[in-house]
Amino acid sequence: MVAGSARDIVEECGVARFVFTDFPLGNPTGKPGDVGMQRAIVGTALDLLERAWLPRTTVQTPYVWDADDNDGWREHFMRVDDSNRAALAATGEARRLDQAAAKADGRARTT
Amino acid sequence: MALTERSQRTTNGRKPDGRRAHRSYLSYIDKSREYYGAHGYPQPYQWAYNHEVAFTPLAKPLSESTVGLVTTSFFEKGREPAGVPVARPKQPYAARCDDALAGLYNSDLFWDKDNTHTDDLDTYLPINRLREFEAEGRIGALSERFYGIPTDYSHRRTQRNDSPRIEEWMREDGVDVAFLVPL
Repeated sequence: MVAGSARDIVEECGVARFVFTDFPLGNPTGKPGDVGMQRAIVGTALDLLERAWLPRTTVQTPYVWDADDNDGWREHFMRVDDSNRAALAATGEARRLDQAAAKADGRARTT
Repeated sequence: MALTERSQRTTNGRKPDGRRAHRSYLSYIDKSREYYGAHGYPQPYQWAYNHEVAFTPLAKPLSESTVGLVTTSFFEKGREPAGVPVARPKQPYAARCDDALAGLYNSDLFWDKDNTHTDDLDTYLPINRLREFEAEGRIGALSERFYGIPTDYSHRRTQRNDSPRIEEWMREDGVDVAFLVPL
């Protein structure tokens, strides 16, 4: 059983049972402070454990992150456009230098 | 009128119903390929794809089954309970659910920090919600321990090292159902 919000990643990997909630990454089992929603999502997962009969069974919960503008968070996340292209390239370069340094001094994971 | 408002609220934002040129949910595979490409990484990340997917029906009623939670979050450095590896890089771990109730650390993971937060444990590791279901008899029990797995670039380490270790802990704890909640 997987509860998550990255639908394509989980479905490409392929899992037995998947409860998908279409939220920004970070709260796959419900909105902060919303106990009722958390309970409903976890409850859906429990129902799916009992009722699914084939692998790759996905159930999408009915919740919406932002009823007034549900495309806003989607358009913003990991956005690449002319306004940030140079900054992203610079961040990548800095990270590669850091990773090379980590490898040299043994911080990188080897096991 | 009220009915119209209600139906629009329960659909997706600016275009509540009708037609779209793109899927409504995000493709993180597409997004991350473009995003890391813009960072200058020449090779796109190779995501896991499996044609064959295992499926195991429940061996006994859920009301008699022990559920084990798996998370990609870790304890904050310096706040690891006894027995949880302190050294970095991250290693898989098993820890008591009680030790996670104050929250786990995941600021180093990639999630939407502009639009939400992870201050409420049950939004990404539903220990309290599952304990409620346990109290009501919906599940047999929530395992006393939960299990942490590193989000590793290497499929090989996840499959050959980390997953078998977590399966071993789950068997020690008599877990019947693995409930994975990746952030």
